[in-house]
Amino acid sequence: MKFHTRKPTALAALLLTATFAFAGCGGDDGGDSGSDSGSGSGGGALSITMLPKNLGNAYFDTSTKGAEKAAGELDADFEEVGPETGSPDAQVSYINTVAQQGKSALIISANDPDALCDAIDEARSADVKVVTFDADTNPDCRDLFINQATAEGIATKQLELISEEIGGSGEIAILSASANATNQNAWIATMEDELASNPDYADIKLVDTVYGDDDDQKSFDQTEALLQNHPDLKGIISPTTVGIAAAARYLSDSEYKGKVALTGLGTPNQMREFVEDGTVASFALWNPGDLGYLAPYAAAALVNGDITGEEGDSFDAGDLGEFEVGADGTVLLGEPFTFNADNIGDFDF
Amino acid sequence: MSATTSATTQAPARTYSAYSAPLWQRLLLTREMAVIALTAAVILYSIANVPNFDGPLTIKFLLQDIAPILLIALPMTLVIITGEIDLSVASIMGLSSVLLGVLHEGGMSVPAAALLALLAGLACGALNGFLIAYVGLPSLAVTIGTLALFRGIAVGLLGTKAITDFTEKWSDLATGTIGETKIPLVMIPFAVLAIGFVVLLHFSTFGRGVYDIGLNDEAAHFTGVDVARTKLVLFLLSGVVSALAGIYFTLRFGSARGDNATGYELQVIAAVLLGGVSIFGGRGRLHGVLAGVVLIGVISSALRLESVTVNVTNIIVGLLLVASVILPNVLAAASSRLPRKATPAAPRESHPPENAASAGVTTRGSDS
Repeated sequence: MKFHTRKPTALAALLLTATFAFAGCGGDDGGDSGSDSGSGSGGGALSITMLPKNLGNAYFDTSTKGAEKAAGELDADFEEVGPETGSPDAQVSYINTVAQQGKSALIISANDPDALCDAIDEARSADVKVVTFDADTNPDCRDLFINQATAEGIATKQLELISEEIGGSGEIAILSASANATNQNAWIATMEDELASNPDYADIKLVDTVYGDDDDQKSFDQTEALLQNHPDLKGIISPTTVGIAAAARYLSDSEYKGKVALTGLGTPNQMREFVEDGTVASFALWNPGDLGYLAPYAAAALVNGDITGEEGDSFDAGDLGEFEVGADGTVLLGEPFTFNADNIGDFDF
Repeated sequence: MSATTSATTQAPARTYSAYSAPLWQRLLLTREMAVIALTAAVILYSIANVPNFDGPLTIKFLLQDIAPILLIALPMTLVIITGEIDLSVASIMGLSSVLLGVLHEGGMSVPAAALLALLAGLACGALNGFLIAYVGLPSLAVTIGTLALFRGIAVGLLGTKAITDFTEKWSDLATGTIGETKIPLVMIPFAVLAIGFVVLLHFSTFGRGVYDIGLNDEAAHFTGVDVARTKLVLFLLSGVVSALAGIYFTLRFGSARGDNATGYELQVIAAVLLGGVSIFGGRGRLHGVLAGVVLIGVISSALRLESVTVNVTNIIVGLLLVASVILPNVLAAASSRLPRKATPAAPRESHPPENAASAGVTTRGSDS
């Protein structure tokens, strides 16, 4: 059967070579832009790669914008790479690439605390400083972690907001994610402690905690049930972005709008309409832009040898001021950020 | 190849040497050699032009990245040559990964858990093979179903959490290299399997049966090939090698998750087709496939070093794949319009269609 295909295969060999020539041209274009940034890093200048959990995510787009601004101020080469989906194995090849390129620093939001450690170790032995932000790895495999907020900070901030809105007294309830969500349960426990011990909250009574399982419809139904079971309810805290949006949607179409206060953790894009129509006065979250802005400053301080990541080290972070490294190589961004009608227009994530 | 065997049995009827090309041409002017040449060219180009591609870490990371695809491409080549397809390989990887994790967490040692994961892979392959070979269902439908089924079981067993505490010794084995070289240890089992599959496909009666089934399974049946058993064996191999790839994947990344290796089936099939295997079955050779895997690996590695986004990499690999499927047909159509070299059997030669697969069928049919 060979003789039938001999000529086509000869031609195929020829055309495939031609395809290669085209592919070569394409690669060349990429090569030019790539080598520009490459030569910048070769000159001993600072080169930073940012690797979020995945690309095309508005939250990380905001943090990358912040990091880009900081990199500009630091006069560093900056690029963002990342997988399409947030899985740890997809991040490994990017970490490997950073090691091959010999960049000075990698800023990463880890998709898994353990799975990335081998790859990060390899990068660090190639002299890359590794700073995690948003989601940490095991403390011993990275240099620094930029922590967006502490559990304590998140819990007390939400209590502050609800207390302000209900005038410091009355019944409140919590609409959480699932009953075994680690983060939410830690925050709720802190809130309960605070309610019991802080005299400012003596008149506030937590009457119920319900779980919407981070499901929009279930959270919506649970909100309705809460309001029917507790006619004197004055406020709801929902420490999960799905929950707060569903609760706000229920409240905005109900008789309780404006009477029952709602706050919690939410994102500006989800909450914009409810803040604008008055259903929600304010809610909390960290500012991912600031989080991204802080990371390159921390990375630069590590690369320049100003800090080593030890507890007590301090460095300057441009507009955000001075930061100090805490226990376990953690840098805390600060208190959660409060979004309200005045500032929500500045955010898009 | 089948032509020469038939020629010896029916020597007086037709002489093939008249229009058979010289040996060197038959060895060098093949699709496989085209893919190998293209791969070599891309490697040379990358070494010359891509910054850091010539670095010491490249070969290690590259081989580690493509190892699972290299492994699964071996049985996948045989499966596609029979004209079937196995879309469930990545889900079997995920399932074996989860099993390894769950069993290890339950107190089993890594080798014992890995053995059970391999058996599970074998069972997955047996299910596919039984439904396709003995019930006679189309492999596309069966393996799309089991793709969802095995992935569902994997995610169901572990939920959205991950198991990450594997014994250091075993995960070091997955990420380690041979001595002081930059060749990952996983290349040793791969080399053994590759030799095994080359012998099986190209130097055994079983392998000739594989080609026969791909060309025409009814004809193969009448020439004494046990079609159903052959297919079952291939799906068993596919299942167990996928499970092995899943175990490697788990230990390399130190993480057992239900969604591990999602989408790998497409990379494997892309590499196999790029390597010159006909999706209609009946033709293709393993060295071309291995070059196809390396080609895709080198392209994505080089483009990553150039900081090209993963979408662009996917577009390029996708275009290469489409080109590799279309090109032979276009060339065949083009060459049939060109005046052919005058041959003694010119009128006889003009009637078989130029499509490689069906041309083979006619030759075989008229011979036997």
